Amino acid sequence: MIDFVQLVVSGLATGAIYALVAIGFALLWQTSNAVNFAQGEFVMLPAFVVLALIKAFDLPLWLAAAIALVVAVVIMGGLFKRAIVDAILPQGAMTLAIATIGLAVAMKNGVRAGYSAEAHPFPALFPVEPIRILGVGFSLADIGALVLAGVAIGGLSLFLAHTLAGRQMQAAAQNRDAALSLGIDVDRMALYTFGINAALATVAALLVTPSYLAKFDMGESLGLYAFYAAIIGGFNRVLGALWGGLIVGVLSNLAGAYLSASYKDGFVLALLIVVILFRPEGLFGSSEERKV
Amino acid sequence: MTAGRWRLLGVLVLIAVLLAFPFFLRNYGLNLYARWALIAAAGIGLNLTVGYAGQVSLGHAAFLGFGAYLSAFAIKAGWTMWPAIPAAALLCFVVGLALGFPALRVQHHYLAFATLGFNALVFLAMRNEEWLTGGNYGIQRILRPVVFGWSLRDSFSYAYVCLGVLAVIAAIAWWILRSPWGRAFAALRDNPIRAESLGVNVRAYTLLAFAIGGALAGIAGVFFAPLIGYIDPHMFSGLVSIDLLLIVIVGGSGRFIGPLLGAAVGVLLPEWLRFMGDWYLVAFGALVLALMAWCPTGLAGLPERVATLLRPAPRDPAERAT
Repeated sequence: MIDFVQLVVSGLATGAIYALVAIGFALLWQTSNAVNFAQGEFVMLPAFVVLALIKAFDLPLWLAAAIALVVAVVIMGGLFKRAIVDAILPQGAMTLAIATIGLAVAMKNGVRAGYSAEAHPFPALFPVEPIRILGVGFSLADIGALVLAGVAIGGLSLFLAHTLAGRQMQAAAQNRDAALSLGIDVDRMALYTFGINAALATVAALLVTPSYLAKFDMGESLGLYAFYAAIIGGFNRVLGALWGGLIVGVLSNLAGAYLSASYKDGFVLALLIVVILFRPEGLFGSSEERKV
Repeated sequence: MTAGRWRLLGVLVLIAVLLAFPFFLRNYGLNLYARWALIAAAGIGLNLTVGYAGQVSLGHAAFLGFGAYLSAFAIKAGWTMWPAIPAAALLCFVVGLALGFPALRVQHHYLAFATLGFNALVFLAMRNEEWLTGGNYGIQRILRPVVFGWSLRDSFSYAYVCLGVLAVIAAIAWWILRSPWGRAFAALRDNPIRAESLGVNVRAYTLLAFAIGGALAGIAGVFFAPLIGYIDPHMFSGLVSIDLLLIVIVGGSGRFIGPLLGAAVGVLLPEWLRFMGDWYLVAFGALVLALMAWCPTGLAGLPERVATLLRPAPRDPAERAT
């Protein structure tokens, strides 16, 4: 029982990180019909920006993280939207998806060639030692990841529900034409979501890199899990992507411990394929009109 | 000469160049050339699925893997690799049919992830079922064949074997595309709803697109294992599927010559640009980005794209409208 609780908590912590990446993915899809295959690399890059800043200027972690956040929002938010998405999306969503695969290849190997091919240790935000609650040991890093991811996602939900910009973004996502006719600057709203995606990816980088280590290909599995999470939960809704992330994290933890360690990814993949076959809008998604 | 004759001449020159090429290569170059031929052959299979039928697939490396493992099993069992060819074609055809089912439900990026998930499952099985596949270590020392006492083990002979595989697969694909099947594939890609209303059985052709594309890659895979001499699961992972898709798209999806060009960019160019080291892949990624932005039809479509850019803009507004 104690094992079970620990597994669920650490699964939730990993799942919350997947959810951060998956929610960004869902936001881009909703406002722009953009599928970003470089989502994992969008987590990898801020991790290396933080590392480089700490190494070059001996900055404290919080300051390096803050600078990385700004850099990420400008480059992976604004520049990505203006220079790549705006140029390629008119050619079709799938063409853009392929282009982002190319972007992922370039980013990974750019870091590999320009910085290092090795795995680098990354300073932890939270202490690793366990604490005991009611006789069960929890890792502080897991709890911290859950709390920080929760704050980021909660803040995003509040922003979307209660601010003018947030509500305009939702309107733009739900019905582009209606939003345009109401005078909403749909393109600007889309730009904001790209910035939010970059910010969420940076938070995910700070949480995941201490245990994954910073490596040029760290985004591969992370990005894949986030995609699976977004599809399983349903990526036409932010909540769907959140639940998807948590389900994927807990499922792979429990399946790895109780069913088969070597096939733990297999259970997530099986769930993914079942969802795609029988409920393509996702477990928590709302059904989308089929686009012709 | 007419355009058709020019095209025929081009094809003949290409064949002559491909036939002559191995004479100018040494061991390493010959193996690279053979690798190009097999990747191009697998790419032709993928191009049927992606370029002609318009179904995204990120599971194609799994088919290559099925062929490679079957061929390794057959060789290790003391048979030759030949029985592996029909076995791989059949297995990949059947698995391809099954993989086509998600395509009946979902399209585009959903399909991309469904097929990538399939590839990841196949990878897990290859890695975990050690009794069969040797797990992470894979299968070593896979020998090339000897036919009627005639050894095909040296790289020179085997390069021609692989070129022959490419020729046969290209011929099969050409025949399929010229048949009513090929026209149905194109109809499916361009407008599935209209295709259905014109009596094309969309379900059957979607499944066939995956099955035939998979079977062709499976055959290429059979020859892949003895070429490299060993196989392991990482040679057939989802990342390799992504590479294969990029190769087809960069070369020009839906163009017959596309996979041959794409495979050259993916397999041969890195060797000539070795001085670039890891930066080569950065340039490759940038090339994909640039092509998607300016010429989504890939390298095969580049001449037409350039011609469109160079042609003076029509002055008459009526002409511009057409």
